[in-house]
Amino acid sequence: MQIPAYSFLLLSGGIFTLGAIGFLIRRNPLVIFMCIELMLNAVNLAFAAISRYLNSLDGVVFAFLVITVAAAEVVVGIAIIVQVYRAGRDMDVDELDLMKQ
Amino acid sequence: MSTLAPLVLLTPLAGFLINALFGRMLPRRVSGWVGAGSIGLSLVFALAILVQVIGGEHMDQTYFTWWSSGLFDVPFNLYVDPLSTLMILVITVVGFLIHVYSIGYMAADRGISRFFAYMNLFVFAMLLLVLSGNFIWLVVGWAGVGLCSYLLIGFWYDRPAAVLAARKAFVMNVIGDVGMVFAAFVIFLNLNVLDFGSVFSRVHQLPKGGTVINVICLLLLVGAVAKSAQLPLHTWLPDAMEGPTPVSALIHAATMVTAGVYLVARMHLLYDWAPQAATVVAVIGGVTALFAATIGMTQVDIKRVLAYSTMSQIGYMFLAVGIGAYAAGMFHFMTHAFFKALLFMAAGNVVHAFHDDQDIRHMGQLRRGLPVTFWTFLIGTLSISGFPLLAGFFSKDEIIRAALSAAGIEFVMGLAALLTAGLTAFYMFRLFIIAFGWEWLRDDPRHLHEAPPIQTIPIIILAAGAALGGYFPVANFLEPVFGHAVDIGTGAFIALALLTLVAAGVGFALAYLVYARRPELAVAWRARLGPIATLVEHKYYIDELYDRVIVRPGFALARFLNNVFEPRVIDGTVNGVADFFLLESREWRLIQTGRVRSYGLWTLGGAIGIVGLIAWTLGYLPFRSG
Repeated sequence: MQIPAYSFLLLSGGIFTLGAIGFLIRRNPLVIFMCIELMLNAVNLAFAAISRYLNSLDGVVFAFLVITVAAAEVVVGIAIIVQVYRAGRDMDVDELDLMKQ
Repeated sequence: MSTLAPLVLLTPLAGFLINALFGRMLPRRVSGWVGAGSIGLSLVFALAILVQVIGGEHMDQTYFTWWSSGLFDVPFNLYVDPLSTLMILVITVVGFLIHVYSIGYMAADRGISRFFAYMNLFVFAMLLLVLSGNFIWLVVGWAGVGLCSYLLIGFWYDRPAAVLAARKAFVMNVIGDVGMVFAAFVIFLNLNVLDFGSVFSRVHQLPKGGTVINVICLLLLVGAVAKSAQLPLHTWLPDAMEGPTPVSALIHAATMVTAGVYLVARMHLLYDWAPQAATVVAVIGGVTALFAATIGMTQVDIKRVLAYSTMSQIGYMFLAVGIGAYAAGMFHFMTHAFFKALLFMAAGNVVHAFHDDQDIRHMGQLRRGLPVTFWTFLIGTLSISGFPLLAGFFSKDEIIRAALSAAGIEFVMGLAALLTAGLTAFYMFRLFIIAFGWEWLRDDPRHLHEAPPIQTIPIIILAAGAALGGYFPVANFLEPVFGHAVDIGTGAFIALALLTLVAAGVGFALAYLVYARRPELAVAWRARLGPIATLVEHKYYIDELYDRVIVRPGFALARFLNNVFEPRVIDGTVNGVADFFLLESREWRLIQTGRVRSYGLWTLGGAIGIVGLIAWTLGYLPFRSG
């Protein structure tokens, strides 16, 4: 049975919304990171689905690119989080506001 | 010759570099001999050129191309013909003697290596000026001598008067430089070339006496007038006497100030083609000659009298080149270089003997104390006054003769020149009688010291030039350049010579009567002349006029710009812009909270907004665009 393309997009949109809401309401940096990953993977899903739908590889290539960038970004992000933790700060993004003004 | 000409130029430059770079390490004497020696070497090369030029050789050689851009091509070419040969000879001969004299004169000065560096640089720039074969390098030399003049007038930079005089000279000279540059522009615009050879051959393409050629000649004249201290740009020269005396002798008497005469003579083909501009040259010369001579009669500073005398004599030269008697003008340039350099250097000895007092009323009766200076100064005075058979007699007569043979306004200028000849004899003998005196003191209680031989020997050599310079066949030598001079016949020659002799004789007799025989007459005449004498003593109030009309309004404008325009308008605009953004940013920066989640919300909102906008413009939303 053929699963229609829009159902993938619906799933992708749902996951993205979940990630975005999580990003906005959670305060633990690790959870926020996971939410970012959720959003990125939602987009990857949409890329893959539409790529398949259009019989083109462009979308898949994009998905790979996103995965690569996400991996690099996570490395940097986790490193920052570890440093913040070592510095003895609370693991709360609302308290990490040194960049203000 | 093509190797000699650059050598003439480069030896003074080498002297300059040695003194400028290593002057502090050299012993004082060595510094001086490097300076004088480099000019001496240059003189040897100049003599070698003279031999070849007498042999009939001319040269216009391009050594390299300085730059080229499209039509515009600036070569470095040197132009050697009898005219430039005469110039380099006078510059190197008089320059060498003055350099030797300076070794003695400046011996006690701590800045001696700086002095000789500037002097050598000056000689280099002056030689470049006269040897250059195109307008660009002419302007380079022209500005170079102006720079050296500035540096040397302000040589004693701890004297405020010297610094002010240097600045004044520089500003006046730059007015002339601008005229020269504009003249070069107009020439290039109309003839598409800037080297002398091509300009001279193409000048006849322009209409004779037309606007273009007259504008060119008048712009060149602006440069010449500023450099040669002619009316109305003359006020810097008397002030320039603040510089050391050898500087006054070399730059402000013998060479640089005559550059204007050289310029007009060099451009004689242009001036022949622009008779109106040439008349202006003649009138400026004649009027300046008379004007400066009258001021010279009233001054009491020995160097200032000589400065006004220089202005007056250069006025003669301008008159000569203005009426087309180019050879006569150059002849007078040469004899003037001899006797005026002599007079200045002798005056320098007197000033030294009186411990830098330049007031002639404090001097007098110098025959015993300063015998060499006394006799040489007398020869110079006789020569400039036109005593028969001395150099000044021949050269000045030739100019007056040429002017009186002309018609119209030139003839009037000739009469002015004749009158000036009388005034010249008057003010020179007034100077001589007051400063040197007739009387012989058996015992001189003042213990004046004659200058050492290194200062007197150059003066004696120049005195020989001032006495015998009239016998050099300058007119014949310059014939390839200016063509054959008009012969007026022996009868007229003798009549006119007698006329000038009578004028000079009357001047001398009056000076002798008033200052040697009956000094009370001077006081009485001074009282009788009243306001006229006051006017002349204050140099016709020209300095005051310039002060009121140009300097003070200039300062007022500068003050207005500084106190009002700068803080209100310029700072106001800049600060206003800054204040505006400061005020705005006070509100906008509130959105920077430092909270990651608020940034996230903004980002999300922005992303949704952009996607929404794209969707809207593509028509995917119910409320369509357009």
